Amino acid sequence: MPKDHGIGAAQKRREDVRFLTGAGQYTDDISVYGQTYCAFLRSDVAHGTIKSIDTSDAEAMPGVLRIFTGKDFEGIGGLPCGWQVTDKHGEPMKEPGHPVLAQGKVRHVGDPFAAVIAETLEEARDAAEAIVYDIEELPAVVNMKAALEEGAVKVHDDLSDNLCYDWQFGSDQADVDKAFAEAAHVTTLELVNNRLVANPMEPRVALGEYNRANDESTLYTTSQNPHVIRLLMGAFVLGIPEHKLRVVAPDVGGGFGTKIFHYAEEAFVTFASRQLNRPVKWTSTRSEAFMSDAHGRDHVTKIELALDAENNFTGLRTDTLANMGAYLSTFSSSIPTWLHGTLMAGNYKTPAIQVNVKAVFTNTVPVDAYRGAGRPEATFQLERLVDKAARELGVDPIALRRQNFIDSFPYATPVAVEYDTGDYVATMDKLEEMIDRQGFEARREESRKRGKLRGLGVNCYIEACGIAPSNLVGQLGARAGLYDAATVRVNATGSISVMVGAHSHGQGHETAFPQVVAEMLGIDESMIDIVHGDTSKIPFGMGTYGSRSLAVCGSAMVRATEKIINKAKKIASHLLEAAEADIELKDGQFTVAGTDKSVAWGDVTLAAYVPHNYPLEEIEPGLEETAFYDPSNFTYPSGAYACEVEVDPETGRVEILSFAAADDFGNVVNPMIVEGQVHGGIAQGIGQAMLENCVYDENGQLLSASYMDYAMPRAEDVPFFQVDHSCATPCTHNPLGVKGCGEAGAIGSPPAVVNAVLDALNAGGMTVDHIDMPLSPHRVWKAMQG
Amino acid sequence: MTKVTMTVNGKAVSKEVSGNTLMTEFLRDALHLTGTHVGCDTSQCGACVIHVDGKSVKACTMFAAEAEGAEVVTIEGMANPDGSLSVIQQAFQDHHGLQCGFCTPGMVMTAAKLLEENPSPSEHEIRDYLEGNICRCTGYHNIVKAIMAASGQDVSGIAAE
Repeated sequence: MPKDHGIGAAQKRREDVRFLTGAGQYTDDISVYGQTYCAFLRSDVAHGTIKSIDTSDAEAMPGVLRIFTGKDFEGIGGLPCGWQVTDKHGEPMKEPGHPVLAQGKVRHVGDPFAAVIAETLEEARDAAEAIVYDIEELPAVVNMKAALEEGAVKVHDDLSDNLCYDWQFGSDQADVDKAFAEAAHVTTLELVNNRLVANPMEPRVALGEYNRANDESTLYTTSQNPHVIRLLMGAFVLGIPEHKLRVVAPDVGGGFGTKIFHYAEEAFVTFASRQLNRPVKWTSTRSEAFMSDAHGRDHVTKIELALDAENNFTGLRTDTLANMGAYLSTFSSSIPTWLHGTLMAGNYKTPAIQVNVKAVFTNTVPVDAYRGAGRPEATFQLERLVDKAARELGVDPIALRRQNFIDSFPYATPVAVEYDTGDYVATMDKLEEMIDRQGFEARREESRKRGKLRGLGVNCYIEACGIAPSNLVGQLGARAGLYDAATVRVNATGSISVMVGAHSHGQGHETAFPQVVAEMLGIDESMIDIVHGDTSKIPFGMGTYGSRSLAVCGSAMVRATEKIINKAKKIASHLLEAAEADIELKDGQFTVAGTDKSVAWGDVTLAAYVPHNYPLEEIEPGLEETAFYDPSNFTYPSGAYACEVEVDPETGRVEILSFAAADDFGNVVNPMIVEGQVHGGIAQGIGQAMLENCVYDENGQLLSASYMDYAMPRAEDVPFFQVDHSCATPCTHNPLGVKGCGEAGAIGSPPAVVNAVLDALNAGGMTVDHIDMPLSPHRVWKAMQG
Repeated sequence: MTKVTMTVNGKAVSKEVSGNTLMTEFLRDALHLTGTHVGCDTSQCGACVIHVDGKSVKACTMFAAEAEGAEVVTIEGMANPDGSLSVIQQAFQDHHGLQCGFCTPGMVMTAAKLLEENPSPSEHEIRDYLEGNICRCTGYHNIVKAIMAASGQDVSGIAAE
């Protein structure tokens, strides 16, 4: 029987009721008394010198309260980068300034250089259009290889060139060179990881409000991590101390990484509301989102695999160019390095690995984390490469993978991480069972009879989640700790509010987190509420990204609940006149072991707040505990994915017939939510593989800035998915044994799709080594023509 | 400014609007019915779907003045009279057909119209009908499943779960 309650129960989500009835409260749904509206004037050229901005006509327009330009932000901090990467020569990365409003130059299409505050949104937009400006267009640099050439146009005049850093990581050079020198076979692949736009369905919104009575500012914003925004904006940009700054992220309509970062618009509305002493609201249009939300991926890579005569992997080396865009977004520098290089071992025991990454400035929107963040790029390279190696060697691609699997744990890779648990054979066995691999050739034959080319693509993935031990990431350049925090507040009548630093924007924390506390206390979930998204209510927190919420914040919640149990047992021992060591908590009752004496949860909590009969000399009244949890390692979810496609040889059109995912997430709290996370991730991965592409022309004009031009996956583009998470090897170092599931689908699915299409073409008699994503009919058709 | 009068979720409303006020702005700003969401500016995403005189309409594509005399239903008007979730809303919760919830109002409104027109749609018919509604969270799996379940079809054989 499946469980109804506690850990492992597929409980329906309590947050759904408000979302299904229109009662959700997203940031744009919040309006405050005296609110004004903000419209940004953004650069329509990729690179240019601001010669003049004349706001006088615009200022005289109806409803206009004030117009700001970059000059108003002189002497005020710029947007900070949260991770300093050190290059292979020991030098810190180049870190150009990133003003709230552009000063002197604009550096990408969408770079804001003026902003209007007016009584209505229409008035603000009209006035923004009436600003007279002279921006002298300069040549733009868009292509990364061109950006690194001698004499290339510089994105930042004060830097020596466009190279942010040249990073090298992994095994000793000599070991890698030896592996390649002695290799029986070397497989080489050059590929592009296409630039994407995260596109949460809710565009970003920021509403700044200043209370002159107590000198406090409040920012309502569409953020995955309100405390991080408070810290970055308060300490580095505007100089507002934390106790005078409240950041609220209410219901947030999806994040996928792009709502992690501190954005100029947040600092701007907070600053402007203090200047005007009026609330200031900005709501992004979708077109603005395309040119101001941080983009994702955009790597160009050459990767090589060395194999010995028995087809064992002996060496791996990669050279990647990673696009940073025009400025360093909050965590941009860490993505192609520590979240990418450390994953290059994948699921395989390759003994020598070297990763080289050059990060490059270009006149494009900044690039930062997008679902998976570095790990999809690593997985794509490796899993495409292994497939190519299998084809070159004439061996079965699954057998080649199995032969090279890491099969004992813990396993220290040559790229610095230590996998605690995993069972890659089990997930691959499960996958082969799910997809009826034995029956594939018959299905291929059936397709052939209909004139279609059928292909099966398989791959594995490993990811590092639950970021991260603070002392480790500190050594690697992180400018923040990466613990999380939770406060468990038990009220007098026994109901509980749990204040958590993680933020839920689709992940269902309000349902899943109470299941953990309910399990520990033996009470019903309906007595427990989760509070998140408001720095004034929550002790601290680092937010939700990198599939970390349950592994890190959930662990803090467990630790705080353990403290609650310890204190409650002391109270119960007093009430029951028994030794504390004899008190047991089960099903919401404290009992004395071996007796029928008991006291209910609610009686103990009431005693804590009405301490008439209470050990006041030993413990304080009240029942509220806080815990901070700093993980001792990353977690390592892993799995095996398969995609089956049919290609139309006449048109190059690809149809995805089926997709299967066998994941190891360790323990699972709510399987329904976990499966939903995998579905969504797979759809985004299929989107990357088949449809999505963020395109600039050579002048830096963004050609894909609306849903007319950027192909989002729609219901017809994806099949039903088969997902399984039964091959669980629990994490060994967090109290719940959980690993994280949010990004797996997006990490594991692109190579399966591309491998499947290439299998179809090659089995159909063509020789095609690689096609860059997205696999549009045109690209596939062109590849088929040779 | 023009005076516009219509029925919204069974209640008569009358407001002054300017000629270029979009229906989305009218619902969200004038009536404070913020369940109708705006996810794009090209009428692609479908987060703003409402029903106007029995037809499903993207509210960002019409002016408030065009709804003069109309019967309008928004997501706030979809629950049963006693406040409980309608069959479609309940199916979305039962089958985890939503995550962040932002596209959900439009999905529910579109699904309701689909089931009126086609009481027992196939998987393909559902996917085809959802062409104008984008969801970034669910991969559509559980949305399609929820709509099939709401139409009374047995969904127990659908992959996963």
